[in-house]
Amino acid sequence: MSFDDAYQSLTDHDDDARWAYGTGFTDPLAGVPSALPDGVDRGDLAAYCLMLGDDALILSHRLQQWVTRAPEIEDELALANIGLDLLGQARLLLTRAGEAEGAGRDEDQLAYLRDPGEFRNVRLAERADADFAELVARLLVFSTWRLALFDRLAATGDPVVAAIAAKGVKEVSYHRDYAAGWVVRLGDGTELSHARTQAAIDVVLPLSGELFVAHPVERRLAELDVAVDPAGLRAEFDDVIAQVLRVATLTAPSQPSPQQSPGRDGDHGAELTEILAEMQGLARATPGGVW
Amino acid sequence: MSEIRHEWPLFEVFVRAKRGLNHVHVGSLRAADHAMALHHARDLYTRRNEGVSIWVVRSEDVVASGPDDKDAFFAPSGDKAYRHPTYYSIPDSVPHI
Amino acid sequence: MSEEQAFAEVIDKDQRIEPRDWMPDGYRKTMIRQIAQHAHSEIIGMQPEGAWITRAPSLRRKAILLAKVQDEAGHGLYLYSAAETLGADRGDLTRRLIEGRQKYSSIFNYPTLTFADVGVIGWLVDGAAICNQVPLCRSSYGPYARAMIRICKEESFHQRQGYELLMTMMRGTEAQREMVRDAVDRWWWPSLMMFGPPDADSPNTAQSMAWKIKRHTNDELRQRFVDMTVPQAEALGVTLPDPDLRWNAEREHYDFGAIDWSELKRVISGDGPMNAERIARRRQADEDGAWVREAAAAHAAKRTEVRA
Repeated sequence: MSFDDAYQSLTDHDDDARWAYGTGFTDPLAGVPSALPDGVDRGDLAAYCLMLGDDALILSHRLQQWVTRAPEIEDELALANIGLDLLGQARLLLTRAGEAEGAGRDEDQLAYLRDPGEFRNVRLAERADADFAELVARLLVFSTWRLALFDRLAATGDPVVAAIAAKGVKEVSYHRDYAAGWVVRLGDGTELSHARTQAAIDVVLPLSGELFVAHPVERRLAELDVAVDPAGLRAEFDDVIAQVLRVATLTAPSQPSPQQSPGRDGDHGAELTEILAEMQGLARATPGGVW
Repeated sequence: MSEIRHEWPLFEVFVRAKRGLNHVHVGSLRAADHAMALHHARDLYTRRNEGVSIWVVRSEDVVASGPDDKDAFFAPSGDKAYRHPTYYSIPDSVPHI
Repeated sequence: MSEEQAFAEVIDKDQRIEPRDWMPDGYRKTMIRQIAQHAHSEIIGMQPEGAWITRAPSLRRKAILLAKVQDEAGHGLYLYSAAETLGADRGDLTRRLIEGRQKYSSIFNYPTLTFADVGVIGWLVDGAAICNQVPLCRSSYGPYARAMIRICKEESFHQRQGYELLMTMMRGTEAQREMVRDAVDRWWWPSLMMFGPPDADSPNTAQSMAWKIKRHTNDELRQRFVDMTVPQAEALGVTLPDPDLRWNAEREHYDFGAIDWSELKRVISGDGPMNAERIARRRQADEDGAWVREAAAAHAAKRTEVRA
């Protein structure tokens, strides 16, 4: 019997018809003009891209921390997919932030060399999950909000941001479905899972207030039709959450959400500092390193 | 084998790689319900852009012919060569047939 | 024709045994054991590299590594899926793993000390795995062979990303080059041990070869790996830590030094530096997830009642 050439054999299996194996990968920004829209302040657009990019980067980090800890191996794959989607969004948005800023910073310089006070993510993204119920409750809140946002953002005036949002809509729809499915299963499942999921909703939902507070940057850009004023997303958000909670036999906490968004101005909890220490440690410890 | 069984039932997964092709069996997975099985199938079997459509079916719902049926099921069609176009000899000079 | 004869004929003709075919008990047991160990290795194998995802030093490397570790979860599932066609139950196999009754590849009991380990695991460990696995694409058990085809195709990216990372690091700072050399030194010998004990000490090989579960002996595969890897090391600019490694023109293979099998035996028997931690992590995930899996099953049961 002839000895297989291990490397040859990887490429010469001409069985793609029998074995579904993907091809045709696409660049979401192919053909999208990268010039800044007229009249837009560079600093504002950069800050806005950092807000949406940091949200994705930091929540992706929290999902990465679940790797090898998911309740079932199938969910390892699902959480990794969501983490990869968000990481992809973060990379595109940080890159756009660097372009808008015009100071030559790329995605890695922005991700690895900023201090906590320069991160503009909502605090919802940075908090640690106590358990799987909190993971899916937070993901439900985050992705319901982000889907409503991206839906509108896809039709706004910066072609790059609009293209990133259009791509993101497909991804975040799936994230919302995944999270909603789990909130329903856990809410309706057993007494224990119901109690844990109600506790998770009680903790996470009151954090949603910050998602609908328009930052001055967002207000200015929204007037130019380059950003979405998040205040307008509230009704859709409340509707979706109410529907999911009803099916899940859960109730929304009566406690009002604080109407302020310190994270957007770089005011974060200790949790972000911990995340960045983990994320940036190696990159900062290797000056001049190439990866 | 011990008595502990997996909590979730087994589903068989079929993926249509692209329009115009049949769904092809690609493997199985565990899920609590059909909706979850579809999600899991998407995450497990289409990570590389491999599909445009997925079927999932509970493994216990699949009815299959067994190896013992092989002769009775499949041998009888083996001698009916007249079902195949190459059974008929037609001169090369006749076009389009 | 008897069932035994039918089985022997399928093996003899190099065809595939399929799930509902009659097969000898020994074949079924061997197959379940081999596939389960392979599946466990994929799942435990997520841990050494998974530890670096959150710390990856660039966003591109982070995405690559997350996708790679995710693939390993997927490969574990393809394999558990193949084992289940033989009548095994995944829940049961998982318990065998976390109770230490079934093994996984001992390579994953070594720690990943620096980010260069991510590259070296891709290059050497995945390279060795590919060497082992490509012949298994022609294994006599159909579902296993099909799972292996898919896995091998997907793993070709794993090896390339590792080698590419090392090439990049070798072009970087002296500290980075030192990280690569150190990682190569630590992983070379364990990679050679991945092929298992020498043929003379491998009692199951003959039966597995006869059943075409295995297609090549451990020593054949190990030699093949060494022959493929030496030129890659040269291209990378690293020295493999074996003073006896040299081309043998007569054999047309590389000669290499003696492997310390006592270390392999120690690591296989559960005495590797990370063995307890790897199993504990898997057990913790399984236990922490129990209420979630149970809730989903309870919800599904309720919905079925409502529908009926």
